[in-house]
Amino acid sequence: MRIAVLAVQGAFAEHIAKLNGMGVDCLELRQRADLEQPFDGLILPGGESTVQGKLLRELQMLEPLRDRIRQGLPVLATCAGLILLAQKIADDETVWFGTLPVCVRRNAYGRQLGSFHTEAQMEGIGTVPMTFIRAPYVESLLEAQDGAEDSAERQGAGNQNVEGYCKTKGGVTVLARVDDRIVAVRYGNQIGAAFHPELDEDERIHEMFLRLCRQSSVK
Amino acid sequence: MSEMSEDRYTLNKQLAQMLKGGVIMDVTTPEQAKIAQEAGACAVMALERIPADIRAAGGVSRMSDPKMIKGIQEAVSIPVMAKCRIGHFVEAQVLEAIEIDYIDESEVLSPADDVYHIDKRGFKVPFVCGAKDLGEALRRINEGASMIRTKGEPGTGDIVQAVRHMRKMNSEIAKITSMRADELFEEAKQLAVPYELVAYVHDNGRLPVVNFAAGGVATPADAALMMQLGAEGVFVGSGIFKSGNPAKRAAAIVKAVTNYADSSLIAELSEDLGEAMVGINEQEIELLMAERGK
Repeated sequence: MRIAVLAVQGAFAEHIAKLNGMGVDCLELRQRADLEQPFDGLILPGGESTVQGKLLRELQMLEPLRDRIRQGLPVLATCAGLILLAQKIADDETVWFGTLPVCVRRNAYGRQLGSFHTEAQMEGIGTVPMTFIRAPYVESLLEAQDGAEDSAERQGAGNQNVEGYCKTKGGVTVLARVDDRIVAVRYGNQIGAAFHPELDEDERIHEMFLRLCRQSSVK
Repeated sequence: MSEMSEDRYTLNKQLAQMLKGGVIMDVTTPEQAKIAQEAGACAVMALERIPADIRAAGGVSRMSDPKMIKGIQEAVSIPVMAKCRIGHFVEAQVLEAIEIDYIDESEVLSPADDVYHIDKRGFKVPFVCGAKDLGEALRRINEGASMIRTKGEPGTGDIVQAVRHMRKMNSEIAKITSMRADELFEEAKQLAVPYELVAYVHDNGRLPVVNFAAGGVATPADAALMMQLGAEGVFVGSGIFKSGNPAKRAAAIVKAVTNYADSSLIAELSEDLGEAMVGINEQEIELLMAERGK
């Protein structure tokens, strides 16, 4: 199994180090030609979403990756990655992948002085460390748009693993909340977190993602 | 807020990790800040005059007007940094009060203290500092800096000093990694830094914080050169807004940093950028900013 990590800007090396430590091979995505290599899952790391989104578009990776996400490619998106996946960004017209039916608020905790570390319950895992750096959060869950719902249905929306846990609408499952704010969600093949599991030692969120990739490659 | 960790220093180092692979651009107005953000800057440095103009104007150069910095904070969503003078901890307190995302205790401004740097451990906001060599870098880290950049020679458009500083730091790191453990104590004494920092470099082969290149970057090839030499990202000061077509040059430098090893892409990015900043050679300048603060 090989995991592609978007490596146009940001903390991609931290994800790669974590996965390598877990014995998983990684592929850096820096330009369109890199997409021709085979991979079983995609990580969208932390960084600046405006920079990553612009580079994805201008290096012609946005469309092909969006297609593959819609077709069921497993994705783990952290912080800026969550913003890239979101169907809507609060007070902003920009949409990047737009495959995850949530509305996120950027810099939702304010500037760097608002960054913090905490621990909270993550559905199906238990208590995990969470590091928020100028982080967004999920402001609301949305109805899926244009074909995204199909993908969630094809993937079974993963709800068999998270029975009865506040599935709110459109197949989006809330995986974690901090102070009543939604900070992690799952929608079929897509896991989005407002925090940075790559910055803490805990491996369980990456393990959860790798399980999704294994299930998906078996198909 | 649920149990919050008070470990600001870790969080501040982690913000620098998020900036990696990116370009931090000097801007003097909200309009320039927007151009920089559009072009793909991962952060902006708000200052009243870019280093080339500071150099040309002469005189004492100070922290920018907080109102001007706030204007830039309102104009963009990316992190906003600002400079204070070396040793001027009250300018730093002012920048913290307006919730700046990163303070650059910078040799570009006139030093306020010719002996002491700011005790950066006493602040909640993060600091980036310049360094010409490993000793300077580790001394700044010991004082609480959570990010390092080469000093280079600001406002010149001449890359030679940034290259010299990056190579120097790399070779000193390489030397420490090859040392016997019992030699590290003496090395710490020579560098005038705590043993623990030298031991970290010995064990990890790198600085304990993110290290960017700065000072003299004017072209996409300059930026890629610094990345190939091991920089984790690039600051561009005068190089963008002193050039003929700032938006295009800025976007080209951003792409060159992402794909710094792809020479055919860098060739493409280097085409038709308009005039680069004129630049001054090292031998032609009277004021070596890099000699400020050691």
